[in-house]
Amino acid sequence: MTTLVTDPNIGAPDDFYEELILLHRDLTDAQSALVNAKLILLLANHVGDAGVLRAAMAAAREDVGPSP
Amino acid sequence: MSTHNYPKYEYRRAPELDAPGRQRGVIVVGAGPVGLTAAIDLAQRGIPVLVLDDDDTVSMGSRAICYSKRTLEILDRLGCGEPIAAKGVGWKVGKVYHGNELAYQFDLLPETGHRRPAFVNLQQYHFEEALVRRANALPALELRWRHRVTNVTYSQDRVTLAVATEDGDYALTCDWLVVCDGARSPIRHMLGLDFEGQAFRDHFLIADIRMAVDFPAERRFWFDPPFHPNQSVLLHRQPDDIWRVDFQLGWDADPELEKKPERILPRLRAMLGPDARFEIEWASVYTFQCRRMQKFRHGRLLFAGDAAHLVSPFGARGANSGIQDVDNLVWKLALVMAGETTAALLDTYDDERVAAADENLRNSTRSTDFITPKSAMSRTFRDAVLALARRHPFARRLVNSGRLSVPAVLAASPLNTPDTAAFAGAMVPGAVAADAPVTGPSGAWLLDHLGDAFVLLAFGDGVAPAAARALAEAPVPCRVVQVGGAAPADRDIVGDPEGLVAARYDGQGGTCYLFRPDQHVCARWRAFDAKAVRTALARATGRIEEAR
Repeated sequence: MTTLVTDPNIGAPDDFYEELILLHRDLTDAQSALVNAKLILLLANHVGDAGVLRAAMAAAREDVGPSP
Repeated sequence: MSTHNYPKYEYRRAPELDAPGRQRGVIVVGAGPVGLTAAIDLAQRGIPVLVLDDDDTVSMGSRAICYSKRTLEILDRLGCGEPIAAKGVGWKVGKVYHGNELAYQFDLLPETGHRRPAFVNLQQYHFEEALVRRANALPALELRWRHRVTNVTYSQDRVTLAVATEDGDYALTCDWLVVCDGARSPIRHMLGLDFEGQAFRDHFLIADIRMAVDFPAERRFWFDPPFHPNQSVLLHRQPDDIWRVDFQLGWDADPELEKKPERILPRLRAMLGPDARFEIEWASVYTFQCRRMQKFRHGRLLFAGDAAHLVSPFGARGANSGIQDVDNLVWKLALVMAGETTAALLDTYDDERVAAADENLRNSTRSTDFITPKSAMSRTFRDAVLALARRHPFARRLVNSGRLSVPAVLAASPLNTPDTAAFAGAMVPGAVAADAPVTGPSGAWLLDHLGDAFVLLAFGDGVAPAAARALAEAPVPCRVVQVGGAAPADRDIVGDPEGLVAARYDGQGGTCYLFRPDQHVCARWRAFDAKAVRTALARATGRIEEAR
């Protein structure tokens, strides 16, 4: 069984981060939200493993909400 | 508007107005698709049944139009599948568009070798008329039109009904009451029973239009089409050149205003083009809810269909699941009424059909959340899926315009005997029998041979004549249907010319399947064992002590 990798796993983290920010250049908030959603869906399909996806969703939600 | 000639069924004065009648075995309330199916099944088993309905005609408007393969198979068993299948428009392909582009296409029955198509579309009034014709041909069945149930009470021993008619009020008593009085179920209200769930904040316009065009017989669904921006549209073909168009309107729409032809016509013109020639047959604005009763059995009352559970229409899971409810219920009720088992068997109706209702509610709610996203982010993900679906196959599987009704697999049923050997394929205990073409005296399809009683389907001649006789002569009889092999004269032998029975059931020499009267698998083995079959039969009929 694969577990969610939370140790460093991206070769050039600063390059990736810059590209992620550039991806949203010149976009409205709504467009950015759409691009993010598409990105999540593409990555989720690449991962495939339901347990890993669930762990990632739980980690993303940690310390957030519910809304006041 | 409507060109359909609605029948008017004759009201008859009740004899109980003059003298009280004796306690009846079973009464069905509601002569809609579900109530009529229940009554036909009971009467076909020779059980006298009275049906009460507060109206004297069939469904006003086309309403439920998509009838599933399983519904047709159940009606084949009840002697009225053919007229419905013949009149209906068969289809199996669904196309989902985003804007003008095809985003996703599905085929609900990609294989051949089935008697019935994935779906037929048919106006609910035609469907009900076919059932009424069948009901009227059964001597054990009495239909009373314009007899309205106004009160129901029940005790350990009986159900008592108060009935109102134009000639006055009268009382009836019965052992069992099958409640199929629809989504607003007056009886559920009279008894103050729960109906938990949620309403969805959206309006939809249904328009049935008469239009002579030759669009294909497919389900077509649009997200955000240019002719109806930011909303969805669904198109279905019905017989008689009638087309069903379903426009999403949003929560802010005014239902009364949107029903007016001057509001409907521009929507249709935008969709069909300025030159299209059509007439509006029927139109309605609806909202929908996903709800169910906590329990479908309340003592001597058995709730079925919309009275027991409500889903959104995207998935054709309303009428189809109601018909599966009574398919599940009636054989059990027949065994209880015959004294072959205890009323505890009826609790498995509750177990099995509550689980099926939850499956339908889950699918229906998911479709609804995709079609009518409840938050901005839900909408963003929906749009992201649709955008990705144009190029990426993975995203097409996420597009949800309705997951169409398939029969529930009763995998967790206490009536199933767990497997003791390995099998390939889908025919697990709890699954509904897959059809296949066969040769044999009882018909050209496997399901014809299964019928409406317990059946042991045996591959090869492993069931000796004495064992077959013992099964056939048991208090709850079980017929042997043999696939291939030498032919003892004591049983139904079917040929498997295309090998599809063997393929669909992973049938090898010695393999046996035990089917319930509703044609669900309840046990299977790799070799015949008389004791194992007897035990499985006891378990499937709720005779727990014998099954131990």
